[in-house]
Amino acid sequence: MIHFRVDGRSGVPPYLQLVQQVRQALRMGVLDVGDQLPTVREVVAEVAVNPNTVLKAYRDLEREGLVEARAGHGTFVRRRPAGPPPTTHSRLGRSLARWVREARDAGLDDEAMESLLLTMLRSAEAADAAGGEATA
Amino acid sequence: MNGPDGSGRPEPRLTAVPRENAPGEPAGAGTPGPPGPGTGTPSAGGREHRAIETTRLTKRYGRSAALSDCSISVPRGRICGLVGPNGAGKSTLLRLLTGLARPTGGSALVLGGAPRQDPAFLADIGYLAQDVPLYRRLSAEDHILAGARLNKRWDGASARTRLRELGVPLDRAVGTLSGGQRAQVGLSLALAKRPRLLLLDEPVAALDPLARRHFLSTTTAAMAEAEGGLTIVLSSHQIADLERVCDHLILLAKSQLQLCGDIDDLLADHLVLVGPRKDPAAVERTHTVVHATHTPRQSTLVIKRGSPLIDPAYQSEDISLEELVLAYMGAAAPAAYSRLSTVGEEQ
Repeated sequence: MIHFRVDGRSGVPPYLQLVQQVRQALRMGVLDVGDQLPTVREVVAEVAVNPNTVLKAYRDLEREGLVEARAGHGTFVRRRPAGPPPTTHSRLGRSLARWVREARDAGLDDEAMESLLLTMLRSAEAADAAGGEATA
Repeated sequence: MNGPDGSGRPEPRLTAVPRENAPGEPAGAGTPGPPGPGTGTPSAGGREHRAIETTRLTKRYGRSAALSDCSISVPRGRICGLVGPNGAGKSTLLRLLTGLARPTGGSALVLGGAPRQDPAFLADIGYLAQDVPLYRRLSAEDHILAGARLNKRWDGASARTRLRELGVPLDRAVGTLSGGQRAQVGLSLALAKRPRLLLLDEPVAALDPLARRHFLSTTTAAMAEAEGGLTIVLSSHQIADLERVCDHLILLAKSQLQLCGDIDDLLADHLVLVGPRKDPAAVERTHTVVHATHTPRQSTLVIKRGSPLIDPAYQSEDISLEELVLAYMGAAAPAAYSRLSTVGEEQ
């Protein structure tokens, strides 16, 4: 079972925060196929959001095919999102953790690290877009 | 019928035991007439998907208008945030919806009936006034027992369970409880009526963050239990709370309606434009500019989406609920106040 968090100030709509947290839990292997998601009442009592928000999030996940609602029983995980298995995520997470320690020792703060990561993502994208001819 | 104090005064209405009528308002409850045709118990179908619908609803006190030409619509099963500066007319609107105040113009339909102070109409409505009216010397248990005598439909057991779970003592005079505990008592009594519409007037204003969170989760849990059979209007200045629990919004300023609608739709209908300072006239030709703030170099515009064409000099961003609320409140504020936002203005 997972616990949700909702940040009222993040600017990300609360239903989307719930969707993202379920996807993330599936990628990380915290949730597995057959697991039950918390009921609407449980989520609402725990994080004080509108029940309609939880229903909307679960409907979105259902439309994506990740979960299914079983009448009278609750909502269950049907499959994981496309992508590598959770073991890959945790292996990459560990190497990233080493990098974060190294960056912090070098004096980078969170903001500097985030913008460095974003820059690298952008340039990797640009390199992909340039394609094979650039490699010659 | 006697009140809980046995004095023979008209019995309290609405939530279990509000203290008294506001000065100048009719008592009403003493002489409930027979329900007129088409009022009283709302029938199925027709307008039934609306919990609240008002048309040019107006309340004047002498020459000054507390609420002018307010036309709103709130679908059933929603939690609707009610925001606006102090004195904007929020409490007046809530009092008009309960029948505690009578309109001087326009009309309202609440759960299909015209608001009035009679038991048939009030049975379905819970109302928690700003100051949480309770008898300070009586305990929560006394209030629950009084509520059972005053209401046909009354779920005292759930009120006790809820308060026990929150650790609110049932046997102590409510005057000795903390503000958060008193608010929970008021809310539990309002919910014990099993209302179909719950009107909450700034219930969390005086509470600390933890008490506020408990209050909100009690509210949302009741909403989940009712499975669509409950509509809530919650007035508050806490935008982050509203962002968390509300899916509908009413914004009042200067006694007038500024915005009313589904929050997702309202956010999708607006944009923030950030760009070099220049005359916004070009933007105004194709879009409604709700509010503009300027520094010597930069302009920030909140616009209502019009045509898809936007001057490429501006960077456009999605709007947050807080920005949206502030833009409309700022647009309605007096000029002296809105000058505060023109940081670094060169005169």
